[in-house]
Amino acid sequence: MSKTTATTTITTNSDQVPFFQVRRKLYNIIVRGFLRLTTLVTVGLLIFMIGYILINGLKHLTIPMLTTQSSYIEDTIGIFPNIMNTLYMILISMLIALPLGIGAAVYLNEYATNRRLVTTIEFAAETLTGIPSIVFGLVGMLVFIHLFGLKQGVLAGSLTLVMIILPTIIRTTQESLKSIPDDYRHGSLALGSGKWHMVRTVVLPSAMDGIVTGSILAIGRIVGESAALLFTAGFGLRLNSLFKSLQRSSASLTVALYVYVSERGEMEAGFAIAALLMLITLLLNFAATYFGNKLKKR
Amino acid sequence: MIINVQKLNLWYADNHALKDISMDVPRNQITALIGPSGCGKSTFLKTLNRMQDLNPIVRIEGEVWYNGNNIYDPKMDVTDLRKHIGMVFQKANPFPMSIYDNIAYGPRTHGIRARAKLDAIVEKALKDAAIWDEVKDRLRKPALSLSGGQQQRLCIARALAVEPDILLMDEATSALDPISTGRIEELVTQLKKKYTVIMVTHNMQQAVRISDQCAFFLLGELIEYSDTSTLFSTPTDKRTEDYITGRFG
Repeated sequence: MSKTTATTTITTNSDQVPFFQVRRKLYNIIVRGFLRLTTLVTVGLLIFMIGYILINGLKHLTIPMLTTQSSYIEDTIGIFPNIMNTLYMILISMLIALPLGIGAAVYLNEYATNRRLVTTIEFAAETLTGIPSIVFGLVGMLVFIHLFGLKQGVLAGSLTLVMIILPTIIRTTQESLKSIPDDYRHGSLALGSGKWHMVRTVVLPSAMDGIVTGSILAIGRIVGESAALLFTAGFGLRLNSLFKSLQRSSASLTVALYVYVSERGEMEAGFAIAALLMLITLLLNFAATYFGNKLKKR
Repeated sequence: MIINVQKLNLWYADNHALKDISMDVPRNQITALIGPSGCGKSTFLKTLNRMQDLNPIVRIEGEVWYNGNNIYDPKMDVTDLRKHIGMVFQKANPFPMSIYDNIAYGPRTHGIRARAKLDAIVEKALKDAAIWDEVKDRLRKPALSLSGGQQQRLCIARALAVEPDILLMDEATSALDPISTGRIEELVTQLKKKYTVIMVTHNMQQAVRISDQCAFFLLGELIEYSDTSTLFSTPTDKRTEDYITGRFG
């Protein structure tokens, strides 16, 4: 009885097999086509974006523009001061954020014993990275300028940037520290190292790749930041020395882009700055990958 | 006696992992700790240089006397203790730096900076660990480029470079091939002229081949401790006999 049923089923099935196969094939073709389309659109958008900016921007990005400052008398635009301001802000915010961030990461990973506190801080850092940067700008203005009495300038801007990049530096350093096998730590301690000696001579050098990658990503964040700097670093387009720029309104490249495009209608200058920013970002990303791999290989 | 353990108890949180261990370890001999997995032999070994301190859930009671000091005395300087009681781990763990810097790491840690002095220490340690001939031409190469057996001998050399009294070896050959194992066994036999060796081993043949004293652990207790030849030929405890004749483990 059961044998008969089985045979019947198989016969019925074999009649329907071609239909199922066709449907499955069709289904696969449609899905594959759809996925291919999503990829094409994504890649297309990226290439369009990069190409559009480079094509429109590079032709206006001239040597005089890169090396002079804007002049109303000669009616020229130069972004040298803004390049310098961006560099100043990288320098100062990294000088503050690196030791703070690495120190905090080392403490959290190597010293802290209260796991709950550590996870809370990690969560807080994670949350901070998601806050819109204009909010950091607002806080920066209220705290550094209104409360501490700094003037708009590179210092207030850099301090605000420190708040923005600190979580990134802490997180990347921590991830890097976590990936170091405990074998190294035990090996060092078993030779009679103190804890800090162990951290300094074995742990930190091994974590170098992550720290460098994190730093480069943080620099990228600084270069790309605009909203937080509107309130804190200001719109100044004059060239200042590092020291004078600290307390003088100083527009970064991104802020300068905003000023030239929205307040003066200088689209060409805007595109030139955009192209420069794009090149810097590309360079930084390559550098992050390169150094990350290079240091890891050792 | 170089080490005298008295009523040592250890808990991992609520798990009573070592129970009333008392034993004497004689100087310039090889003492082997044997027993099935989880019997507490490695746990015990790591109490001797206070590596257990690194585990926050561990609680220890009892005394371990070394050179007239109880190493669990709160006044004990742990870094100094670990300088005198070196350790080699189950998995070779050279630092990601050059062969030379690996060996010089310990001496540098303890303040030796002079180049000539470091060179001499490195050479001596590598010779003592019977690896000098293999690496003398590539001291600047990364230690991680060595083979597993070489890495383990490098780790022994690294431990010897701080001139310890005692060398603790935690299943130092369990991850190695028979040839590398043979070399390390030979090396350890040489080392006992200058050092005291306490080794944990999974391998009973190894304990028979090279140890002078042997301690059998089971479920956190020290069941039997005597001359290796006595322990293996005429064990007094039924459990020891069962273990060494392969009835469990």
